[in-house]
Amino acid sequence: MQYINNIRQYGLLIVFGIICLIISLITPQFLTLSNLTIIVTQVSINALLAFGVTFVIITGGIDLSLGSIVAVTGVTSAMLAHPDSYPVLIPIVMGLLAGLLMGAFNGFIITKSKIAPFIVTLGTMTIGRGLALILSDGRPVSNLSDSFNYLGSGTVFGIPFLILIFILVFALCSIILSKTILGRHIYAIGGNEQAARASGINIDRVKLSVYSISGLLAGLAGILLASRITTGQPNAGAGFELDAIAAVVIGGTSTAGGRGTMTGTLIGVLLIGVINNGLDLLNVTSYYQQVVMGIIIIGAVIVDSLNQK
Amino acid sequence: MPESDQKIIHVKDLNKSFSGIKALDNIQFDLYPGEVHALMGENGAGKSTFMKILMGLMLPDSGSINFNGEFIENMDVHKMLKKGISMIHQEILMVPELTVAQNIFLGKEFKGSFWVDEHQIDQKSQELLNLIGLKVNAQTKAKQLSIAEMQLIEIAKAISNHAKVIIMDEPSSALSDKECELLFKIINDLKSKGVAIIYISHKLDEIFRIADRITVLRDGKYITTKNTSELNKNSLISLMVGREIESLFSSDSRVPSNAILEVRGISKKGKFENINFEVHAHEVLGIAGLMGAGRTEIARAIFGLDKIDSGEILLKGHKIEIRSPKDALKKGIAYVSEDRKALGFIPEMSIIENITLSTLKNYSKGGFIQTKKETKISSQMASDLKIKAVGLNQKVITLSGGNQQKTVIAKALLTSPALLILDEPTRGIDIGAKHEIYKLINQLANNGLAVIIISSELPEILGMSDRILVLSKGKQTAILNKQEASQEKIMHYAIH
Ligand SMILES: Nc1ncnc2c1ncn2[C@@H]1O[C@H](COP(=O)(O)OP(=O)(O)OP(=O)(O)O)[C@@H](O)[C@H]1O
Ligand SMILES: [Mg+2]
Repeated sequence: MQYINNIRQYGLLIVFGIICLIISLITPQFLTLSNLTIIVTQVSINALLAFGVTFVIITGGIDLSLGSIVAVTGVTSAMLAHPDSYPVLIPIVMGLLAGLLMGAFNGFIITKSKIAPFIVTLGTMTIGRGLALILSDGRPVSNLSDSFNYLGSGTVFGIPFLILIFILVFALCSIILSKTILGRHIYAIGGNEQAARASGINIDRVKLSVYSISGLLAGLAGILLASRITTGQPNAGAGFELDAIAAVVIGGTSTAGGRGTMTGTLIGVLLIGVINNGLDLLNVTSYYQQVVMGIIIIGAVIVDSLNQK
Repeated sequence: MPESDQKIIHVKDLNKSFSGIKALDNIQFDLYPGEVHALMGENGAGKSTFMKILMGLMLPDSGSINFNGEFIENMDVHKMLKKGISMIHQEILMVPELTVAQNIFLGKEFKGSFWVDEHQIDQKSQELLNLIGLKVNAQTKAKQLSIAEMQLIEIAKAISNHAKVIIMDEPSSALSDKECELLFKIINDLKSKGVAIIYISHKLDEIFRIADRITVLRDGKYITTKNTSELNKNSLISLMVGREIESLFSSDSRVPSNAILEVRGISKKGKFENINFEVHAHEVLGIAGLMGAGRTEIARAIFGLDKIDSGEILLKGHKIEIRSPKDALKKGIAYVSEDRKALGFIPEMSIIENITLSTLKNYSKGGFIQTKKETKISSQMASDLKIKAVGLNQKVITLSGGNQQKTVIAKALLTSPALLILDEPTRGIDIGAKHEIYKLINQLANNGLAVIIISSELPEILGMSDRILVLSKGKQTAILNKQEASQEKIMHYAIH
């Protein structure tokens, strides 16, 4: 398995390299430290969602509620982050908790009801959006404390805080997936759920874990986004789940389950970021950018299916 | 080549490698209309690979294939199906939610109208089923079928394709004796209609019954092709394995000690009723019965895959309730399923990852897998069971059928169970490997394990078991001692 994945990833890395090369040849601004920092900062929110949903997709599931979780957690944390109300830890913890709970809710319903994850998380997506609007009364929550806003815009030793979190979460997720029992069980369930059960794996527990992780990371993304735009937006995050799933798929994770890596998702996320950035630099309008992105997603899956033969 | 006019298939110098390892090495093969041509060889000899190439499912590295006088290039499945080759695969997959009829006509629903004519499909399928003598309703959903029924339906499907050549890759491995008879009758009918059959099986008896000619492969190499009349069992075996094999069963006598498992009056509606038996340490209990007698269902219930309606199960004298396979494994019960594709292994995972799947806790610290330890344990297991593969990182889906089975057994053994339930443990396993598995079972039982073997092969049941539980239509009809048991007696109770 490792072997095949490696080949797949080299292919992806080469594509990534070639695209970077082309863009840097056309626009000299591309390969500057400040531009690269911008790219990584821009993709970091999507990256957190993509890392989380990678676990879910490898089990053969899907999570469509990510964008709504981003909104709920953003609003929740923003409401607790007004200056002089609570220490900054409170909005962070409560935001994470909200994300974790929504993820766990997904996992619980999916395992207990045996309803397809697509349907359950579609439901949660709508519920979440409604909750965000209810909590905020339909208005952006602004006037946040400086310490809260620091999360999304501050730097540590000159490195944006967002990028540090991005790297940290990637390392953690990557280790969980490739080095732990949980990771192995995630692959097993996606590969053959019945055989995994007969091998003594507690399917429900693993599924509950992956949806909870996915929700927790969406919560983290929601907090960081609110901090970055210095408001809790009830309409934030709409469509984010699709960008995250796109990154995962471009990264070679099979939506049928059982196959994929965190590194693949990382490259997928960066690839999307680089292409968007390149098109920005080339002054291509965002309408065309969407078309290009769609073509790349389909292309990636075609290349992947050819590789399978 | 004048004679190739009448040959329907003529293969010359066929080669195929996987990551540098030769799976097929200069294969020669020919086939005449109306003949049953057996393809023999140990697990991993390359039989299925060869057949997949003939079917256009895989491309050869080099060599020529002549079909009906025409050299075939750029083969693919659709082309070969059209030309008249059909294959019954070793591992069958039907679409579970579709009916038998829909499965038979999948991809070739009657043309001419946009809508699928369900009525016509049902009718045609029922005719086919009646023709081959299978008592199944065409409107049954595929998920309700037994493996045996699926196998026979695949044959019906091939007939509906008007195949000139039918490849059967271990068609009988999941069939009961009665169903085998049906299969042989179908084969004879096909033969008389001039259909050529390539037949792969590890059951030597049936080869000598139905094959006209035999081609032997060993380690991917072409060994020879002979008329069946020129060979006998021993000479065939030595061609296949390159050495002689002593008697399959050992006659160690064991003294069973304390009861490990006691089953008291368990029932499950529609499956089995009031089953009572014990298995002791140092003992092999055989469970015999016809297909559908409830053997697998009882095993599944003991392993926690299904729930029982009533009755109780005791393990080492304590009443237990088994809620899930995880629970069963924890309590020391391991199960090797008859359906290895569905329940046995994770296809995309490596041999190592599959072998250690049930016991990862033992090679991990704080949730982290200790890869070195894991690799060491699985290499040990793989070499004990003589699993043949390019390397232990090979995906299990690409292993030969027999080696997949050994991988599943290895996984079960690593849980160090007190009770091991083996459901058709040697299905699809070659004679050499069978020998090893029998030796292993004997050794395990001698060392104090309690073993239950479920098998449709009476010689296996008789050769391995200390006692034999016979089932008929979900009811227990006899428990026989090794001394009193015979094929006739078992059959008598099995059709009770
Ligand atoms: N896709 C693949 N990748 C790597 N190795 C493969 C692949 N397919 C087959 N092999 C190898 O080719 C060899 C021949 O396998 P094959 O399935 O043809 O054996 P077989 O004779 O049908 O055995 P069995 O009786 O167990 O079914 C095996 O060693 C197997 O591991
Ligand atoms: Mg085979």
